[in-house]
Amino acid sequence: MLGTTEILHGVDLEVSAGEVVALMGGNGSGKSTFVRAMVGAVPLAGGSVSLFGSPSTPAARARLGYVPQRIGAGGGVSATALEVVMSGLLGSREDGRGAAGGLRGLIPPRDAKRRAIDALRSVAIEDLARRDVLRLSGGQQQRVLIARALVRRPDLLILDEPMAGVDLQSQVSFAHTLGHLKHDGVAVVVVLHELGSIARHIDHAVVLEQGCVTYVGAPPKDLGVHALPGHEHEHAHEGAQPTGGALGLEGP
Amino acid sequence: MTLLTDPLVQRMLLVGLLVGLAAPVMGTYLVQRRMALLGDGIGHVALAGVAAGWLAGSAAGLAQRDALAIPGAVVFAIAGAVVIERMRARGTAADVVMAILFYGGIAGGVLLIGLAGGSNANLLGYLFGSISTVTWGDVWVSVALAALILIIGLGLRSSLFAVTHDQEFARSTGLPVAVLNMVVAVLAAITITVAMRVVGVLLVSALMIVPVAIAQLMTRSFARTMHVAMGLGAVLTVTGIWITLFHNLQPGALIVVLGVALYVIVAAVTAARERVRA
Repeated sequence: MLGTTEILHGVDLEVSAGEVVALMGGNGSGKSTFVRAMVGAVPLAGGSVSLFGSPSTPAARARLGYVPQRIGAGGGVSATALEVVMSGLLGSREDGRGAAGGLRGLIPPRDAKRRAIDALRSVAIEDLARRDVLRLSGGQQQRVLIARALVRRPDLLILDEPMAGVDLQSQVSFAHTLGHLKHDGVAVVVVLHELGSIARHIDHAVVLEQGCVTYVGAPPKDLGVHALPGHEHEHAHEGAQPTGGALGLEGP
Repeated sequence: MTLLTDPLVQRMLLVGLLVGLAAPVMGTYLVQRRMALLGDGIGHVALAGVAAGWLAGSAAGLAQRDALAIPGAVVFAIAGAVVIERMRARGTAADVVMAILFYGGIAGGVLLIGLAGGSNANLLGYLFGSISTVTWGDVWVSVALAALILIIGLGLRSSLFAVTHDQEFARSTGLPVAVLNMVVAVLAAITITVAMRVVGVLLVSALMIVPVAIAQLMTRSFARTMHVAMGLGAVLTVTGIWITLFHNLQPGALIVVLGVALYVIVAAVTAARERVRA
């Protein structure tokens, strides 16, 4: 629940290591709200969130990498791409693989700069490290946000519409990055309107309509139809199976 | 240079240097959050605190009736900052919150100073600054508060940047976003009460914001913007105070005018350089 409105109703989503799941649905279907609730970006008025099969805790959330739709509302002062990516190394990770800086994650680790450069290299924009992030193109900004999530070495990467308003070069780069993540065994949930250039990397799709899961199965071929609210996906795809949740959100 | 051996000049320059270094640190975070005018809102609440301190001093029968003025300003400014942060976190529009504190603070200050048996003239030193009356006690209080601002403001720069730059992402990493937001608000309040002595409530925000605005014209990095702004703040305050040793000018106003003039010059030079490159 957000405010007094129940937006999501018992949504479960299962994704294995090295697997990419597309979370699809029309505008207002609740897919962005779902991922923002999962990562703790928005406070819930009711209901509960579970991650990795257990109630969500800061330690569990620290295993996530989150890529929002666009760069945050801040930005009155210029910041370089390197500074933005380094901010991904804050917070805590219990297993020591990710952030694990000083003072309970309030201070970045000593090798923060090197790790941030590595993350920028993984999305092929290390040459933009010293550039003002707000002066980059939409596609380049999106890659900076992906690098900020990847620098945490997440077990599960959640991306909220990474293809929206992104140029072709960045779409190709994103597809390339997804391929590497699958190879490295990272689980990925990506919110999409259209599969586009990353279709070959999608293992299965989950469609939300009005806060409910209406389809789980192979990626839809007819994207326009499946993205429309009210479409009966169960009838369109025989053999589609409900899944249990590595991620989950229960109503109050 | 014999002026430098004068204890009053030493005190004025030392307090000016500290304020010039510390104010832009918090100013950088406020500009980053697009809350550049927060200093004005808190400053006016601090004025009500000054008057409340006078009232408390009068009620307690203290010989120096304004002895509790600065402690009163500190308490009111921090309380105001906490209220602003809580209202902002609840979603109240920042400009509305600021307006309520702005008018409530100045009206409360005028009323309370009247109740304390003083007049609006007693508030003028706090409105426009009164660095020429600074004592060694004021200097040590300024040293302690400026050290607190610099240690936390610089030491937690990465976390405070993360929270002011992208709150949603910061929350997803497990950073204590609400606590860090409150740290920014409270440190801003402390900065204002320290800087109030130098430039006064009416211009306190300028000392936090103008050096940052100039630094932004010169660099594209958040950390470098903060460092350049600190240097500019220190140079502007010390230069302004130094000039007033030879000319009968109001120090706070002169510091701010120097800052605005420097902004205009740097902006013109930057625009000219960009035209040449294009």
